[in-house]
Amino acid sequence: MRSLVTGLCLTIGLLTACSDGDRSATRATAASGEVAMAGTADGIPSHAPGRFGFGSEASDARVAMWDIDVRPDGEGLPAGSGSVSQGREVYNIYCVACHGPTGTEGPNDRLVDSEQWDDVPSTRTVGNYWPYATTLYDYIRKAMPQLTPGILSEDQVYAVIAYILWMNEIVPDDAVMDAQTLPAVVMPARDKFVVDDRVGGAGTVR
Amino acid sequence: MSSDERPRISRRAWITTTSGVIAAGLVKTQTDAIKLVAQEVPADPTRVPGRLVSELGTRAPAEQPKRLVRAQALSSSSRTPLADLMGTITPADLHFERHHAGIPEIDFEDHELLVHGMVDRPMVFRMSDLMRYPQVSRIRFLECSGNGGGVYNRDRMPTEVTVQALDGLLSTSEWTGVAVSTILREVGVRPGASWILAEGGDSAVMSRSVPLDKVMEDSILAYGQNGERIRPEQGYPLRLFNPGYEGNTSVKWLRRIEVTDQPTHTRDETSKYTDPLGDGTVRQFSLMMDAKSVITFPSYPYVLPDPGWWEIRGLAWSGRGRITRVEVSTDGGRSWADAALQGPILDKSTVRFRHLFDWNGRDTVILSRATDETGYVQPTVEQLWQARGTRTSYHQNHQRAWKIARTGEVTFGLGELV
Repeated sequence: MRSLVTGLCLTIGLLTACSDGDRSATRATAASGEVAMAGTADGIPSHAPGRFGFGSEASDARVAMWDIDVRPDGEGLPAGSGSVSQGREVYNIYCVACHGPTGTEGPNDRLVDSEQWDDVPSTRTVGNYWPYATTLYDYIRKAMPQLTPGILSEDQVYAVIAYILWMNEIVPDDAVMDAQTLPAVVMPARDKFVVDDRVGGAGTVR
Repeated sequence: MSSDERPRISRRAWITTTSGVIAAGLVKTQTDAIKLVAQEVPADPTRVPGRLVSELGTRAPAEQPKRLVRAQALSSSSRTPLADLMGTITPADLHFERHHAGIPEIDFEDHELLVHGMVDRPMVFRMSDLMRYPQVSRIRFLECSGNGGGVYNRDRMPTEVTVQALDGLLSTSEWTGVAVSTILREVGVRPGASWILAEGGDSAVMSRSVPLDKVMEDSILAYGQNGERIRPEQGYPLRLFNPGYEGNTSVKWLRRIEVTDQPTHTRDETSKYTDPLGDGTVRQFSLMMDAKSVITFPSYPYVLPDPGWWEIRGLAWSGRGRITRVEVSTDGGRSWADAALQGPILDKSTVRFRHLFDWNGRDTVILSRATDETGYVQPTVEQLWQARGTRTSYHQNHQRAWKIARTGEVTFGLGELV
């Protein structure tokens, strides 16, 4: 609901029109105390144009070049695929030095622990803590291997994800990961995640 | 001016400040330090012309505050020397660091920001474009949500720990840039959008999802810090700055913003920066930094040389707005007194508090607790344990205590007194 309200306000183009209780009060005091310029708290004077036009429009090709994130619904996943057995080879070349032969030895983050938990996790691994398998693609493509990120092909990323999921007993040994199968993987910890419920105010320690 | 023309500074003179000789381990107390320093006064400066002007200033040789770096080859963070600083502004070269893949070298002229997703006009901005937009400056704190994690584990509560090691992932700067709302106004956000994904240009391509209403409210695309361009370790040439939010969301070396209708659930908002609460659930998107205060003086390893009047000093801040009150206890939490707050008290910024204390020379424990404009009161560690369990790794904003022993030695924690 909040997002709908925000979208509506943006359409109107007037942030100050968004008033939901305490936030607008905060903004008002911030404006009176810290913003000398006439106009809005965002520093845009009332006589500013609707658009300034500084910068250039991004072509579809330009957006596609940098738009590399992957969401839980699978949006952003590229073509390609990789199997558990292919992933074992990738892992043993590119990952083993930092994550250990079975993904448990380190020295860097432990990747594997198929043991689930009730109250508190004893480890925070792919197998018992990561809520979405798609995050593996997003992260590995961007940031791994740590010293040579970007070196893996799309197929290799899918393959090593299949292998990591297999080590965690989440997929069978004949699993193949691609743009359809990866978002369909249900991670054991997915339903454990809850949105932050902390709020301000007296007597509210959460 | 060649080095031969400068007044000679002996090796010993480099440590002839009271803090220097204490740090060097030559003496333990301020009084002894003053005596030692008095013996080491250099040549009468009224008889020797001083050095000339220079293009770039430096600190006095004896005043060399440093960030705390543990095991440099492995470390991805450094901590601000809170006990060495005054007021609220952190010198830019002492601002804490937290990197996920080191500090990239990025050219100001070449850097570009792509803004796309649920927008009418996907756009690319060069730095010169961004600097032409209306500019805003705001003094705001930045704190890593892992700050203070060293004093949460019931079984591993250190006593000989400095405020820098404990809470040095906190800094305050005047941040300058263009309001995110200004740029989103330019690209035209489409109805239904509710989040952004902010992505860095480092080799971790560090990415975080941030609610759209937050960035529209007061986030900055920052290119300036304390009057100069942002330093490389702070995201040069461009970082997102989300006032009051956990530091990790203020993505450095910012190269891309995608406007979306859902969070992306990146690695750093799922497997990291999440809080297992002890009841089988994990709190996610715990972005707000709750109100907190720390006493910076006296703190370990300072030694009060004698009883009498001492001024307790510290910092308080809240991600939810302004600090309205800081209370100090000098009797282990039995009674509390309002500390003096040094204005101006700014939104989502640190405030310096002070409390005059007539120490009677006996063992005691001092604490501080902050209240923010929402009425939220900085909790005790027991309250946090009760609310969140004892196994979270972030957002440990509980009250800090320092024990003052009759010897004048100051150590962390409640000690045996309470």
